[in-house]
Amino acid sequence: MEELELKKHANNVRKKIIDMVYTAQSGHPGGSLSAADLLTYLYFVEMDINNDNVKGIDRDRFVLSKGHVSPALYGVLDEAGLMKEDLKTFRQIDSNLQGHPNMNEVDGVDMSTGSLGQGTSCAVGMALANKLDNNNHNVYVLLGDGESEEGIIYEAMMAASHYHLDNLCIILDLNHLQIDGPIEEVMNPTPHKEKFEAFGFKVTECDGHDFAAIAKAFEVFHNTKGQPTCIIAHTTKGKGVSFMENNAAWHGSAPNDEQYKIAMNDLKEVK
Amino acid sequence: MALETRTAYGNELARLIKADNNIVVLDADLSKATKTYEAKKACPERHFNAGIAECNMMGMAAGLAASGKTVFASTFAVFAAGRAFEIIRNSICYPNLNVKICATHAGLSVGEDGASHQAIEDLAIMRSLPNMKVFVPCDQYETRAIIDYVAKIKGPCYVRLGRSKVDDVFDENTVFDPEKVKVLHQGKKIALFATGLMVQKTLNAAKMLKDKGVDATVVNVSCLKPLDKEGILKIAKEHDLAFAIEEHSIIGGLYGALSELLSKEHPLRLTPIGVNDTFGESGKANDVLKKYGLTEENIIKTVEECVN
Repeated sequence: MEELELKKHANNVRKKIIDMVYTAQSGHPGGSLSAADLLTYLYFVEMDINNDNVKGIDRDRFVLSKGHVSPALYGVLDEAGLMKEDLKTFRQIDSNLQGHPNMNEVDGVDMSTGSLGQGTSCAVGMALANKLDNNNHNVYVLLGDGESEEGIIYEAMMAASHYHLDNLCIILDLNHLQIDGPIEEVMNPTPHKEKFEAFGFKVTECDGHDFAAIAKAFEVFHNTKGQPTCIIAHTTKGKGVSFMENNAAWHGSAPNDEQYKIAMNDLKEVK
Repeated sequence: MALETRTAYGNELARLIKADNNIVVLDADLSKATKTYEAKKACPERHFNAGIAECNMMGMAAGLAASGKTVFASTFAVFAAGRAFEIIRNSICYPNLNVKICATHAGLSVGEDGASHQAIEDLAIMRSLPNMKVFVPCDQYETRAIIDYVAKIKGPCYVRLGRSKVDDVFDENTVFDPEKVKVLHQGKKIALFATGLMVQKTLNAAKMLKDKGVDATVVNVSCLKPLDKEGILKIAKEHDLAFAIEEHSIIGGLYGALSELLSKEHPLRLTPIGVNDTFGESGKANDVLKKYGLTEENIIKTVEECVN
């Protein structure tokens, strides 16, 4: 797929994120925006998911370990034509679009997540099942940088490496902000590269907003055998919306009418 | 014959894993104690050690189940229900995944390891989770039947198993309905509801009480959730006094489950015989059980106090 097309899709995903959070007046825009390009690449290029196989598990699967950025997942599923729910119902009563994703209610949601750290652990089990079944499907995980402060992440890393899960790709959304502020100040989880390598991962880094760089990072994953891969994606929290960029205050708050207009104007055309 | 319920579990799991290639077993560095080692011997390629990392083991179990596997995950009850609780809640029960948590070394009968390892609150914790079914077999035959049953049904299950040998209550020919209560002795006026290793002690106590002129009914409650409401209410209505007898805290286990049902549907005097909101301690299993009142003598004493 052409880079311009990917950019257009990613920009649409960003608009959907803002729309959902604005309509619900609730949700997590900052981390959703930082992950929008990575998810767009996953669903439009990397994974073999489509309308024929979305209901089943005989395909690549994605675990949104940082489950609070559900608007990014719902948005990309919608943009990819896989979403059957109405995005306007997000976070509202009787909706299948729960604040944190529920795998039993939305096609294309491959694991129920939201409690940080657990999704990565579940993905290890899914990758292990693929090995048992001797299939070629991959399991992709989006891990938050703040989330990497959870101890279970290191248990999961140990197991992924121990069982040589080269079908597991952890994408670290390194946007450097968590709710209480910069990750380095709240509880510094860096350096990630050295930690993942020490646990037996192949580590590669990329600009998480540059599709050519993202493509190269996934090439590394495809060429790595016998060990799991971690892609450290350098991203900007709030990417694409001027007043949200690099501002921890937008981790979990919704724009008002005026802010919504500014945000949509920021996203008016693909840059 | 006497056998540990954990040993009965290991033996049955070894049979099941060979018969059903969809079964995957996880353990957290305790496979020789939980007896999943038997399944590992039977089928090493589908037994995985998660190491001393119970939280990750439960997450892996969820992922394997989300991939269509029937997963048995074992560790000690205190780590399964305690340390890994929130993973079980959010990654297994909320998505209603097919994971069978078979937790061993439950209760005070762990013995010498002491309070840190004696889970007396696991039933309360596991029972409170939506989608979770909770079983407590009382002997080797019931263990076998319950393990076969949970392997067949879909969804999360918690099976509470013990470290110490327990005398047989049933035999090879017993037919089980794992979600129903079973009347083991029909008496009158007094109903003794028991679970786990207290079933044997309750049967013994009932015999001694009969010699003293009190003929109490003995009921085995091996499924704490879903509770056999119909069966329990029928028995409650036929008796004047009831007792809940368990190797668990009197908060939230069998006493809690029966209280929740009976207080609404058929209030009658229900007296707990269990661990009285306290931690246990080290000692030989029988010495610990004795010190904390989980004996035939204390059952008799408590019943007599209520009757008189």
